[in-house]
Amino acid sequence: MNTVISYFKSLTLWELVKGLHLTGGYLIKRKITIQYPEEKTPQSPRFRGLHALRRYPNGEERCIACKLCEAVCPALAITIESEPREDGTRRTTRYDIDLTKCIFCGFCEESCPVDSIVETRHFEYHGEQRGDLLMTKQNLLANGDRFEAQIAADRASESRYR
Amino acid sequence: MSDDTIKIEVDGQEIEARKGSMLIEATDAAGVYIPRFCYHKHLSVAANCRMCLVEVERAPKPLPACATPVMDGMKVFTRSEKAVAAQHATMEFLLINHPLDCPICDQGGECELQDLAMGYGSGVSQFSERKRVVRDKDIGPLVQTDMTRCIHCTRCVRFGEEVAGLRELGATGRGEHMEIGTYIQKAMSSELSGNVIDLCPVGALTNKPYRYSARAWELQQYDGIAPHDGLGSALHFHARGKTIKRVIPAENAAINEVWLSDRDRYSYEGLNHAARLQQPRVKRDGRWADCDWDTALGLVSDNLRKAAAGAPEQIAALASPSSTTEEFYLLQRLLRELGSHNVDHRLRQRDFCDQQSDPLYPSAPALADLENADAILLVGAYPRHEQPLLNLRLRKAALRGASVMTLDTHQRPFNYATGTRKLIKPSEFVAAMATLLRNLAQAKNVDVAAPLDKIVASNAVDDADITTIAERLQSAESSVVLFGAAVEQHPMRSVLVQLGDMAAQLGGAACGFLASGANSAGACLAGAVPHRGPVGRVLENPGLSVVQIASQPRDVVLLLGVDPALDCAAGAEMKRALAVSKCVVAINGYHNPTLEEVADVMLPMALFAENEGSYVNLNGIWQAFSAAVKPQGEARPAWKILRVIGHQLELPGFDAVECGDVTAEIKALTGVVKPAVRGTPTLESNALTIDASQFELIVDIPMYAGDELVRHAEALQQMPQSGDDRLRLNSASLDRLGLQAGSVVEVKVGDATALMELALDDGIATGACVVAGARKTTADIAVDGASVNITLARGTAAA
Repeated sequence: MNTVISYFKSLTLWELVKGLHLTGGYLIKRKITIQYPEEKTPQSPRFRGLHALRRYPNGEERCIACKLCEAVCPALAITIESEPREDGTRRTTRYDIDLTKCIFCGFCEESCPVDSIVETRHFEYHGEQRGDLLMTKQNLLANGDRFEAQIAADRASESRYR
Repeated sequence: MSDDTIKIEVDGQEIEARKGSMLIEATDAAGVYIPRFCYHKHLSVAANCRMCLVEVERAPKPLPACATPVMDGMKVFTRSEKAVAAQHATMEFLLINHPLDCPICDQGGECELQDLAMGYGSGVSQFSERKRVVRDKDIGPLVQTDMTRCIHCTRCVRFGEEVAGLRELGATGRGEHMEIGTYIQKAMSSELSGNVIDLCPVGALTNKPYRYSARAWELQQYDGIAPHDGLGSALHFHARGKTIKRVIPAENAAINEVWLSDRDRYSYEGLNHAARLQQPRVKRDGRWADCDWDTALGLVSDNLRKAAAGAPEQIAALASPSSTTEEFYLLQRLLRELGSHNVDHRLRQRDFCDQQSDPLYPSAPALADLENADAILLVGAYPRHEQPLLNLRLRKAALRGASVMTLDTHQRPFNYATGTRKLIKPSEFVAAMATLLRNLAQAKNVDVAAPLDKIVASNAVDDADITTIAERLQSAESSVVLFGAAVEQHPMRSVLVQLGDMAAQLGGAACGFLASGANSAGACLAGAVPHRGPVGRVLENPGLSVVQIASQPRDVVLLLGVDPALDCAAGAEMKRALAVSKCVVAINGYHNPTLEEVADVMLPMALFAENEGSYVNLNGIWQAFSAAVKPQGEARPAWKILRVIGHQLELPGFDAVECGDVTAEIKALTGVVKPAVRGTPTLESNALTIDASQFELIVDIPMYAGDELVRHAEALQQMPQSGDDRLRLNSASLDRLGLQAGSVVEVKVGDATALMELALDDGIATGACVVAGARKTTADIAVDGASVNITLARGTAAA
């Protein structure tokens, strides 16, 4: 019986027709290819892109050097050094994220008790040298200042689920 | 089952317990954990945190395990519904006023409250009102307070009262208004204050120098041995990467129990000091330049080779008494192979005429024996500063009712009640000891043996205090005589020790020497003394002692961890002697102005946590330790430096591959000390010449100035125990001078002078004055027992 079925299938080029049917379906289906960078896909407010350190509205940095992000980071991409600042508060003297190590899991963001380290929606950054992808505290704070409006809006929209 | 054990049942498991012990002790021994905050095995039971509530069969309410004595056949449930409900409730109450600042709290990650909240707390609190806030207290440079976090377990208060003997911290107010603090605004000055950090179950008392610099989970723990006193307390280094971040005590019931002195806890700060020597340096045409190890070591061996070929007796070496046994051994081996015996570690000692009859190594009675002694005589010893944890044992004895008597050059603030305290001037020391010996001999009805009989006959006086001391020593069931720093540096040490030794024998007392430095015992065993080889081997031609090296300058001198001006008893003389030496090689941890002046080569050595080796403590216990972190810069462990020098000179016996090989070599050495005939002490040779019109100088080495490492520990240097630059006199002496405290005077000792401020201290005999030694300002004049001329400094008015 099988022999008969396979004889007819090969006679009618059934496999070819089946394949072309799929191809033909895509020919008339709505296209999803977008013309990046002119066009962009929509982003989730929980998108995990470039890191930033945030500040409070009065300009004070949020980070309190608790080092939970450093401890939770599965890729060991975060390096923190801390000491008491002149006013006696606990502050970082160094906060580095090695973006070549980072796997963008978002654990740092989740572990942060003061919403200081966040991952922004920004993902279009590059480095021409390896060192360019090593983010220092200054870089991260600058990122925070640059994207603060979006970060704050995203946090507000997701606050119900946090 | 012996008579004093009973059986109880905990969570269905039958365990044995000692009769009369508390439930929590029994469960701890059996490995059943009951949560607790206020209970600590070395403190009294307070039962005020209520965290250890457990259900006991037939008890109407849950009972605190720390304050419930065990009873035969009692049934205990630690995780029953009732017990868990009690634990939940207690935890909820404790957390009402505890701030949620774990992310910035240094205790975070090693916090008992955090752990128990996870293990025994409930997820949410019903409390929604405002939490209370407590103002922080500044209690000094060592302990940081965050009093809002306090849960009032009172461990720190009980530690102060029961262990440290200082009621520095206390609770004021009641209920929610209860606060822990110093009663009056002041800093904690106890030499054991750091222990409250370990005791505090929360982050209310934390380590100030360590503040905010690391988290508990980033630290790697290594074992170590404390390098400052003759006990060798066990400790743990906590290192983050290449730096030691803090030091905490390790438990060693035989030595430090669970405590650690502040000197051992905070001296690690010296490791990261900016003055650390990073690179070998040589002096060329009066200028210091960094160089590589080959150049520096080549220079050292050239100089040693030349000296050894010509006059080997022109080579000398001095080692810090806190060097390791292996360093001492290789150093003495290097010198002895080159043909010189001039090696010494007894830097603070000044009288050596009786050194041949010294014991093999300075030792003290076992700590447990000290604890059980009934009468203790401290001769020139202040163990609270010299050996803080040995002092704890003496304190236990004193609390038990033992009488701790002193014979000293100034009254010290002991932290326990002392018996008779005899205050003398340095020049009266011999007379006092002679009197003690005579009284004891009379009581025993024996004659004092020669040659001491003459000393006793010509010096003994009648003194009621010493009579009391003698009676007490003799009547006590077990008694101890301990010699301390004031005897070690006394110009007639040998006479004092001989008199004291015989007095102790007559009085049936054990004798102990609280030698300075961490490893005096190891130094003597390794042979770092001029008159004996390793393990006490008898030498035909003894070398020069430290005092002779100072008075007869040598051509080539090796210094191992020694600051000649501050570490030697005759610092100024030693400095002058080294200045005329042809080549001074300093193997040292720090840049140092004195060494820069006198040395020709500086070799950086590893210190404390960077070093490996072993210490022998005053009870003869060997304790080996290995390096926790890498040495700073180009520094190397001194035993390796000495090994390379030995190799370059092609000397035999420098082939050890590991430090343990050297240790094994020392241990394998056999040989006994020939207890040489007692030298005949002559009073004339070292007689103190005191001009009645002048004052006698007493040098007191401050607790935090004893060695190079602790002098570079910044937090400790802010403590009062690091000494000050004031000259202390009693009011009668001030009247005699016609001056008042606060006046600036010119202090003249021999040719050296120093400008100092006068201070009033009525714990000193009239006619004596006390100056803190081992300090830059006093280095030239600090000669114990010297006569001092005090005049009002020109250009200043009497205050």
